[in-house]
Amino acid sequence: MKPFLEVKNLSVSFPTQDGLVKASNDISFTVARGETLAIVGESGSGKSVTSLAVMGLHNRNAADISGEAILNLETGPIDTISASPEVVRKLRGKSMAMIFQDPMSALHPYYSIGDQIAEAWGLYNKGSKSDGIKRAVEMLDLVGIPEAAKRVKEFPHQFSGGMRQRVMIAMALVNNPSLLIADEPTTALDVTVQSQILKLLKDMQQEFNMAVILITHDLGVVAEVADRACVMYAGKIVEQSAIDDIYYTPDHPYTIGLLNSIPRVDQLEGKRLLAIPGQPPSLISLPRGCAFRGRCTFSRLVPNNRCATEVPNLDEKIKGHFSRCHLTEAQLTVARTSVGSRV
Amino acid sequence: MTEPILKLVGLKKHFESTSGGFFNKKKGVVKAVDGIDLEILPGQTVGLVGESGCGKTTAGRTVLKLYEPTEGQIIFQGEDITHLSRKRMKPLRAQMQMIFQDPFASLNPRQTVGTLIGATFDIQGITPPGGVKKEVERLMERVGLNPEHVNRYPHEFSGGQRQRIGVARAIALKPKLIVADEPVSALDVSIQAQVVNLLDDLQEEFGLSYLFVAHDLSVVQHISDRVIVMYLGKVMEEADKKDLFMSPRHPYTKALLSAVPVPDPIKGRKRERIILVGDLPSPMNPPAGCVFNTRCWKVQDKCRTEIPALQQIAPNHRLACHFPEPAA
Repeated sequence: MKPFLEVKNLSVSFPTQDGLVKASNDISFTVARGETLAIVGESGSGKSVTSLAVMGLHNRNAADISGEAILNLETGPIDTISASPEVVRKLRGKSMAMIFQDPMSALHPYYSIGDQIAEAWGLYNKGSKSDGIKRAVEMLDLVGIPEAAKRVKEFPHQFSGGMRQRVMIAMALVNNPSLLIADEPTTALDVTVQSQILKLLKDMQQEFNMAVILITHDLGVVAEVADRACVMYAGKIVEQSAIDDIYYTPDHPYTIGLLNSIPRVDQLEGKRLLAIPGQPPSLISLPRGCAFRGRCTFSRLVPNNRCATEVPNLDEKIKGHFSRCHLTEAQLTVARTSVGSRV
Repeated sequence: MTEPILKLVGLKKHFESTSGGFFNKKKGVVKAVDGIDLEILPGQTVGLVGESGCGKTTAGRTVLKLYEPTEGQIIFQGEDITHLSRKRMKPLRAQMQMIFQDPFASLNPRQTVGTLIGATFDIQGITPPGGVKKEVERLMERVGLNPEHVNRYPHEFSGGQRQRIGVARAIALKPKLIVADEPVSALDVSIQAQVVNLLDDLQEEFGLSYLFVAHDLSVVQHISDRVIVMYLGKVMEEADKKDLFMSPRHPYTKALLSAVPVPDPIKGRKRERIILVGDLPSPMNPPAGCVFNTRCWKVQDKCRTEIPALQQIAPNHRLACHFPEPAA
């Protein structure tokens, strides 16, 4: 069976006065039902831009989008990039849904929680408003909001941050979508609340057998919930693989660098952090060759200055493990250990 | 014994909340900080952790007397500064500086970097050897900024670079103590490490003491010598880093640590996780007894009525809990 979502060679760029911003570049990945794919990257790496393109949420007058994002529905495949806005609108909420980082700005302050969830339900279901509210109460109950029947009448400002994120999840799931895109769903939350929400997402995924895309910058969260991960840098996927390989045999110097630069609560040696020097390049004037080259400690190992002249391909070096780097597997093995990788 | 740089004795900061109406009737009191004792030795870093609303930021600001303390004492280098006037505080401010969380909001967008950093000298009426301009350039170089950019404005810098400007400003007068309020939480992962390392280096170079206020336990664990865990204005547990992270005794500390995701999938799958129910209660109306009792998984009747005192349970380890976890 085909995976539910197949993204192929997706690129999004924005023409600006200063030049073309290549926000996301030649992205390909798949997500199956029941599976969680994490898209990891820092600000500006293109992770949100990619998912907004899949959802059909970019202004087509402001963004140049190419490539495909195919949803394999029971009724047949639909490409959300080439389909008309009307068709894509009918997929949103029903076949694919999204939750955002900041639940306060994603909820309408003037309408009660119940009204907002009922409205989402009413788009795809026939029934009276009170049916919708009834459904909203069920959903709030499901996502663990106590006294759902009472709180359904309340407004967003009466909820705490964690509770608002639960409301967002309830609203996204009210029509039983097959794909859920969660964009930094726990970044604004405290750790104890974060673990509640991550568990809720896992439970809901099982309950609805959803394909989940989790967008985050937090490698801890990824390790906890994802089955596979894409690491993005400067608009491109630089590494993609099953979750354990990303952490134990990372195949890209950027991934290795990221893992070395984060302090860990479970390691008390107090060693100096191995920071990645410099900062990401501007998406308007990407360097020739590999975009990470300027910050890479290992590019000197590559002969003929290839890192500066040739963009590396996303190669499958080991089955199911892709990386965009000129280093050979032997050199990468050295790279992992020479910087004291935690393997 | 070495004299501590900073000593807090039962420090409290309460905010009165009013109705905001014509009579400004008193509605209640938010006990943002409700009794902190603390000592920071020269060259030491004390981490102050807790979730949003626990009072850690207020504590940090009260230490620098950006808020007037309600009760308790602040002793800085042996001198009681609790009730010093603004005028008498001013020369002391050269010794105690702050780094703010938001590198966007904390820099005046209409001033150049040179002016921003140089202002610290003007305010204190100090002329550094070699002149302000030269010193500013030296400072920029020290924190990893290009001194040629001295005439640029904050918007021309990235988040990480702006935080370096904030650091340069804080170390300009060679202070003894820096209160760093979430200095890296607004930065990207790879940039965080750069700033953390910079803070580490500066500490070594100048023998600085840090009060490091943060919610990210991984960062606090990395940078601190001692750690204080706060919840709703109260200290739950305080210990040397190793004791606190290896053998947390307070149920809240334990839950907090178990909630931090670890970038290690296999370990993560095996880890025992304590998921707390519910949210932080309103600080306007904290629970009776132990403030943590509404979310504690070990709660018993005693916790709902009796406030546990912060007690010494081992050398350098203090705890406020009726039913602590056994020592590991």
